[in-house]
Amino acid sequence: MTMKYSNQKLQEEKVFKDPVHRYIHVRDQVIWDLIGTKEFQRLRRIRQLGTTYLTFHGAEHSRLNHSLGVYEIIRRIVDDVFANRPEWDESERLLSLCAALLHDLGHGPYSHSFEKVFDLDHEVFTQAIILGDTEVNQVLKRVSRSFPQKVSDVIAKTYDNNQIISLISSQIDADRMDYLQRDAYFTGVSYGHFDMERILRVLRPREDQVVIKSSGMHAVEDYIMSRYQMYWQVYFHPVTRSSEVILTKILHRAKELSEMNYEFAYEPMHFVSMFEGKVTLKDYLKLDESVIMYYFQMWEDEKDPILRDLCSRFINRNLFKYVEFDPSKEYKKLNKLEQLFSEADLDPEYYLVVDSSSDLPYDFYRPGEEEERVPIHLLMPSGELRELSRQSEIVDAISGKRRTDHKLYYPKDLLMDDSTHKETKEKILAILGVSEH
Amino acid sequence: MMKDHARLMQAFSALGEIVGRKKLQKIIFIAKKHNYAFHEKYQFHFFGPYSEELTLRVEELCNMGFINEYNEKKSGYYQYRYEVTEEGQAFLDAQNEAVSEKLEPFLKNLNEQSSRFLELVSTLLYFDSLEGDSQIEKVKKVKAKQNYTDKELDEALTYIKQLNQLV
Repeated sequence: MTMKYSNQKLQEEKVFKDPVHRYIHVRDQVIWDLIGTKEFQRLRRIRQLGTTYLTFHGAEHSRLNHSLGVYEIIRRIVDDVFANRPEWDESERLLSLCAALLHDLGHGPYSHSFEKVFDLDHEVFTQAIILGDTEVNQVLKRVSRSFPQKVSDVIAKTYDNNQIISLISSQIDADRMDYLQRDAYFTGVSYGHFDMERILRVLRPREDQVVIKSSGMHAVEDYIMSRYQMYWQVYFHPVTRSSEVILTKILHRAKELSEMNYEFAYEPMHFVSMFEGKVTLKDYLKLDESVIMYYFQMWEDEKDPILRDLCSRFINRNLFKYVEFDPSKEYKKLNKLEQLFSEADLDPEYYLVVDSSSDLPYDFYRPGEEEERVPIHLLMPSGELRELSRQSEIVDAISGKRRTDHKLYYPKDLLMDDSTHKETKEKILAILGVSEH
Repeated sequence: MMKDHARLMQAFSALGEIVGRKKLQKIIFIAKKHNYAFHEKYQFHFFGPYSEELTLRVEELCNMGFINEYNEKKSGYYQYRYEVTEEGQAFLDAQNEAVSEKLEPFLKNLNEQSSRFLELVSTLLYFDSLEGDSQIEKVKKVKAKQNYTDKELDEALTYIKQLNQLV
């Protein structure tokens, strides 16, 4: 009798060398087959941290590295920590592993900027890949007809077992535990490290969520602190934000030119469906960072001066400078600056940009407020659950803080060029409080 | 410039006073689903559609002093109440953003509903790509703990039809 596909194991365990987890172990045939699909392999061509490599040159790691890492963390949890516990349903094991491996499958190149400009959502594409006519879907369907839908539901957080969802997506989940460590490793910063082994050992499955034994509180404090530090030191680095601003503006400009029926010297075939707002899965899967960089290089030679200039800035890392900006006191100043930029022939839509902390896809730890986000719960010796910030003064101190941040980005080199509009540019520099030297 | 913040300020101004973060989250989601220009990204959370971006933007507006957030202790949790400040109104007046005349009555209508009801309406809308019974089944599954009755579900579906006429 042949073994069911869902239970099939490889004859020999496969291992991938990994700088964060040392080894990633694969025994399940399903997982091995998913890794080999072209949709999963596409993640090799998309950097995990988008434009961060322009600030931290080591940050070249891919979405594939991270996806394997999340899979490995879940594998350790379900095989080493949860196995044989009465609150854990062993029949959910393969589903958890597949959802972990595929949770970022729909990410595109520089997806944060792309999603903003073209009104896309990578989670919708994750679902489309899992449920559509793809190699990933073929593999998942061999487990059972309903299995692709289940995997998609776990990733979309609409599966009916919240415990499985919280393993992959909650305030202390495998996704965050991997990316914090991986991003710290590849950027080379000394933040982002915490004792994951300890956290994994004290995770406990409960009816609707995964909780932490109270004896592991200090390891979790470390995790929350590293999340906080990575946010300000890496994810929200002002130089990375500058490159992100330029990238977003390039896409805006290309879209605007297309709407104006501008004739591109190089037909942007890969972008046409995005410009028209009709992106199919096939179009989407063709995109990766190499394709985008190809167009940016081509657009350096375009007739349109704005597109040409922005692309040249991105390719050659000639980024915008910034000043701190307080919208509550300075929004009138912004109106004045917009007017002066126009007078100086610098379109403020592209050359004067406010970037706010809310523009970033990362968040802090938040205790539950009106039940919107499930907080991290500690399992006390009495069996009672207590929210983390009520037990930990350290977490309480940083989770209550509402630090927000706004910066105003501008092209200093163009403002310093006094061959045109000298007086106006001097006025701009004075308002920005920027020295001409 | 700061268009997304300005649009939220327009919503706060139209709503007058809004009680509860959950209610605010659901109102903006429902308005967005009806093609009003809110760009905050939503995901499904344990209690329905939720936007981290919206939470952050509201925090920024509070820090800027454009809206006041009052915190009231209810049984076992805190409830938040929002109002536009004078500075916030001045910021709004300085913007050149055109507002649809229909936005205010649309938001006010939503604000008159209970938070529980809006949670149901927004969840139904979140799954509106599913057809007929599958949509209802999905909502019943993900909202099992809220124990919505068939009557509430019917009312929510009728309300969604009414909302379509307000756009």
